[in-house]
Amino acid sequence: MKDIRKALEQRILIIDGAMGTMIQRHRLTEADYRGERFKDWPSDLKGNNDLLCLTQPAIIEGIHREYLDAGADIIETNTFNSQQVSLADYNMQALAHEINLSAARIAKKAADDFTAKDPSKPRFVAGAIGPLNKTLSLSPDVNNPGFRGLLWEEAVVAYYEQIDGLVQGGIDLILIETIFDTLNAKAAIFAVKKYFQDHPDQPELPIMISGTITDASGRTLSGQTLEAFYISVMHAHPLSIGLNCALGAADMRSHIEELSQIAACYTSAYPNAGLPNAMGEYDEQPEQTAHFLEDWAREGFVNIVGGCCGTTPDHIRHIAEHVKKFKPRSLPVIATETEV
Amino acid sequence: MSTIYPFLRLAGLEPLVVRPETNFVNIGERTNVTGSKKFARLIRENQYEEALSVARQQVENGAQILDVNMDDALLDGVQAMTKFLNLLQSEPDIARIPIMIDSSKFEIIEAGLKCVQGKCIVNSISMKEGVEKFKREANICRLFGAAVVVMAFDEQGQADTLQRRVDICTRAYEILVKEVGFDPQDIIFDPNIFAVATGLEEHNNYAVDFIEATRIIKQKMPLTKVSGGVSNLSFSFRGNDHVREAMHSVFLFHAIKAGMDMGIVNAGQLVVYDEIEPELRRLCEDVILNRNNDNNEATEKLIAFAESVKAKGKVIVKDETWRKEPVEARLTHSLINGITDYIETDTEEARQKYPRPLDVIEGPLMDGMNVVGDLFGAGKMFLPQVVKSARVMKKSVAWLTPFIEEEKKNNPNAQQGSVAKVLLATVKGDVHDIGKNIVGVVLGCNGYDIIDLGVMVPADKILDTAIKENVDIIGLSGLITPSLDEMVHVAHEMKRRNMKQPLLIGGATTSRMHTAVKIAPQYDNGVIHVLDASRSVTVASSLLSNEQRDKLLNDTLAEYQQLRADFEKKKTIKTYLDFEKASANKTAIDWSAYEPVRPQFTGTRVLQQVPLNELVPYIDWAPFFIAWEMGGRFPQLLEDEVIGKEATKLYHDALSLLQKIVDEKWLNARAVAGFWPAVSTGNSIRLNTDESYYNLECLRQQIKKAPGQPNFSLADFIAPEAAGKEDYIGAFSVTIEGIEPHLQHFIEQHDDYNKIMLQALADRLAEALAEWLHAKVRTDWWGYSKNEQLTNEELIKEKYVGIRPAPGYPACPDHTEKYKLFHLLGGEQTTGITLTESLAMYPAASVCGWYFAHPQSQYFGVGKIKEDQLEDYAKRKGLSLEEITRWLRPILED
Repeated sequence: MKDIRKALEQRILIIDGAMGTMIQRHRLTEADYRGERFKDWPSDLKGNNDLLCLTQPAIIEGIHREYLDAGADIIETNTFNSQQVSLADYNMQALAHEINLSAARIAKKAADDFTAKDPSKPRFVAGAIGPLNKTLSLSPDVNNPGFRGLLWEEAVVAYYEQIDGLVQGGIDLILIETIFDTLNAKAAIFAVKKYFQDHPDQPELPIMISGTITDASGRTLSGQTLEAFYISVMHAHPLSIGLNCALGAADMRSHIEELSQIAACYTSAYPNAGLPNAMGEYDEQPEQTAHFLEDWAREGFVNIVGGCCGTTPDHIRHIAEHVKKFKPRSLPVIATETEV
Repeated sequence: MSTIYPFLRLAGLEPLVVRPETNFVNIGERTNVTGSKKFARLIRENQYEEALSVARQQVENGAQILDVNMDDALLDGVQAMTKFLNLLQSEPDIARIPIMIDSSKFEIIEAGLKCVQGKCIVNSISMKEGVEKFKREANICRLFGAAVVVMAFDEQGQADTLQRRVDICTRAYEILVKEVGFDPQDIIFDPNIFAVATGLEEHNNYAVDFIEATRIIKQKMPLTKVSGGVSNLSFSFRGNDHVREAMHSVFLFHAIKAGMDMGIVNAGQLVVYDEIEPELRRLCEDVILNRNNDNNEATEKLIAFAESVKAKGKVIVKDETWRKEPVEARLTHSLINGITDYIETDTEEARQKYPRPLDVIEGPLMDGMNVVGDLFGAGKMFLPQVVKSARVMKKSVAWLTPFIEEEKKNNPNAQQGSVAKVLLATVKGDVHDIGKNIVGVVLGCNGYDIIDLGVMVPADKILDTAIKENVDIIGLSGLITPSLDEMVHVAHEMKRRNMKQPLLIGGATTSRMHTAVKIAPQYDNGVIHVLDASRSVTVASSLLSNEQRDKLLNDTLAEYQQLRADFEKKKTIKTYLDFEKASANKTAIDWSAYEPVRPQFTGTRVLQQVPLNELVPYIDWAPFFIAWEMGGRFPQLLEDEVIGKEATKLYHDALSLLQKIVDEKWLNARAVAGFWPAVSTGNSIRLNTDESYYNLECLRQQIKKAPGQPNFSLADFIAPEAAGKEDYIGAFSVTIEGIEPHLQHFIEQHDDYNKIMLQALADRLAEALAEWLHAKVRTDWWGYSKNEQLTNEELIKEKYVGIRPAPGYPACPDHTEKYKLFHLLGGEQTTGITLTESLAMYPAASVCGWYFAHPQSQYFGVGKIKEDQLEDYAKRKGLSLEEITRWLRPILED
């Protein structure tokens, strides 16, 4: 039985890069997204990247293999939007469970192959749980601040079903990521804990939590400071706490530094490849990204690093290369008494 | 390498980490519908924007956590909690601090948890209803990532000793940490702060026990926190903020040293420990630490000190700069502030300044009263203040009256002011007039000429006077149910006599519905139900304005028609049982398992003079404030943001008058109680005296109840013949005598304020006497509940065993049973009470009722009854159907 904690004690682990960026490179058409099964689906499906787990599993598996080949220890399932709430955009709520199951199996197969090839570097599959396309803390109507477009129960039900699909598909970790509303994340944590209470035969999987700081003020979109955000999700007793998306590495540094000082658990960081240019593309080169992350590794801020939007297997390869010579951040001492 | 400590960490938009060096954490208490009347009103009226400003104030005043509570029977708590917290999330200046979600209902707590992204505190959970429920709720809190307040409460009740406090907290800790998986630092204990210095010796050590429990809890479980509601401590000094604040500071000084971390407090009201005057600090310390307190010595000393502070407090605040203003401004100042000290000199000065004495009334005095009226209308003054203003006005007018008379004599043609006249009367058979007096004062303040005919006024006298005096409005008042019929009668007579004046209806038993359905159809020139004194002003002024009069009458007419239509519709919905079936569905009591207790004596016992000071602790103050139109829970209303200040003043005035009444023995408390063997015969109770017997007739609920629910009748609570047990029933009357000369004195002094105050206090004393006597009966005379120990609050909530229902009230709505009751107790001679033809009791401050001892006996309302029960009842009472219909009209389904 491979144990991620053992690996984390030994080295900085590498998480993979962007899935969307890699899918774009395949220049898929509407017909490719639909495949045979959904050729008559009433709405457009192009852009429904998670659906590719059902219609183009080989492409998704290929991307996973590219990242594993680049040195990723952890790969994320292609399930960022795969729950009832977000899939309603395509009227595909009913497919949520199936997509998660399939996505987990695809990633699992690729990871297992690489682990088998080199058992000294075990690979892990993180079930990716995104933030939903609606928020529990913010009103979609500026004139009616008390209004909510989503109920807590709806969020919990959607997450619970997604978790069931991912766990049945064989994931090793749960990754709640790109959190811009902590209450959504709390619903996801609630669903995870509830799921494992309801399924005592399933070993409880470690949870990775990764929030998103949206601007220079250092707060989440829902207004929390970094520390308030961390305190609000501490009850998950996560394996790691970290930041991803929205910012490039240059702007993320001070926040990850703060987090490394307050976190009782491991820390993770997977920034975007810089900030998007006028065309919405990311230009930061693999060497540049790797350079920033090397600095963080040297300073002892991080245990898990990788990339988010705009990063590619090349970025991951460079990052892995640059951080491997550094020791991982050591876990703080967890005191059992409040007095120093 | 860094170290992470197991601190309690909370978060709103910003973090709050409770470290060992963190000072005491203040939890803001005003966003609580049970504690703040203002907040409750805003929520009830859906004014959430303003409710948010209450929260904002808390944050601005330094609250570090915001306690939010929506536990109000009239509110949908889940909906209110959700809406308020959702709105609050969009206010970054408030949402920055953590929320304490406070409710006794777990579904409201859950609803709150679903709205808040930060890490909250749940207040509270406990083992009160068993370990399983406790674990289930704790687990849900953990899934939401909330810290919890655990009350020291288990299946046996609330912990009130040191040992129980520690034991329950320890047990809860073990369960939370080992079984539920809670982090110890997320557990906050509330080991129950109770009132000390109550006069009961067993309460004296409560503060010491709390402090010691805190010390032990923090030693045994060092990561946990200790919190509590501090204001409970000084409950017996309510109304005296000076002493209360000192007690709180002294208590916190010691409790914090012992390890108390946080508390629900009004942060702005805490005084600094070192700045408390040394004597008071020492007295507080003795009381809180229970030192030098043999035979309540320390308590007595603190009480004595509290009295002296109260007296002192009044002198200090005098600000005399207003005396330098012109006379008009001084008169206005006196009127608004209810100051009588200078009114005669100022009135005289004004009289010399103005051409005619009447000009003083119509000029500066009316101007001043208009200001008072406006402030009252705008909710910036409260009834007790208005009544005080009226007292000033009356004194001023009394000074001027001889000059006006003099002027009239010299110049009969001089034009006298023509003000609108309002006639007020309490109807025939009824003696209750506090509400009517208040309406009179308030209308008087607004410039109306009041003709008050007093109490027990027959219809003829009301209408004759109205015609003779050419009044503009007639107002009727009444408190007991038969008065409703008398009002119908007056309305009927007004139509017969072709009268034109509008008729106003008010009083505790009256209602908009009854007025619409029963009274308004009798008279065509306007019948309006007036809810309270403040409403009477707008109604009267509309009725006297040519522009508004028709609109008001037409609107009211339309509204009452709608009410009548609703009433007709509603009637068909209720289903009733045949009387026979209802009688079969009586309260299920297992008589074989019950041994009736034999009272110490049968027949009656009379207490001619119950010491008044024994009654004071039994006073239920809430109705006193309601009489002054200041509703709310007592004593919390004294700290209410809107009425608190004035309510406190009123309370001080009441306490000082009460002291006078007690010290100078103005009033006499007389009580009679008796017990007799009794047996239930289905719907009647047969009561045996040595010489004879009485059949007490009871009425039974006839509405169709849910399966398993009985149709109650008082007869159910006495053992039937077949049970083979000797059961008993009791009866009592209490009365407060001797009010008349003192009322007369206040009337002569033009002092409505103290007149109404005295009446209201006499009422409270009568109720307190009834409560006192009932306690004596339970623990001594009848003695079926020898070991009970109840606080006044528990008495008010009727937590005792057995009941004392009164004829004419919901459980036995037939007033005529009072004849039997008073006959049994020895009549007017013994009880000191006279019955009017409507069966009201005189003196008005009187209470009577039956005693039932069975533990299953309970208060209920008979509700409406059907024709079949009415016929049976008439037969049992030996009265004609017509006669009994007259008495029972309010409960007949029609």
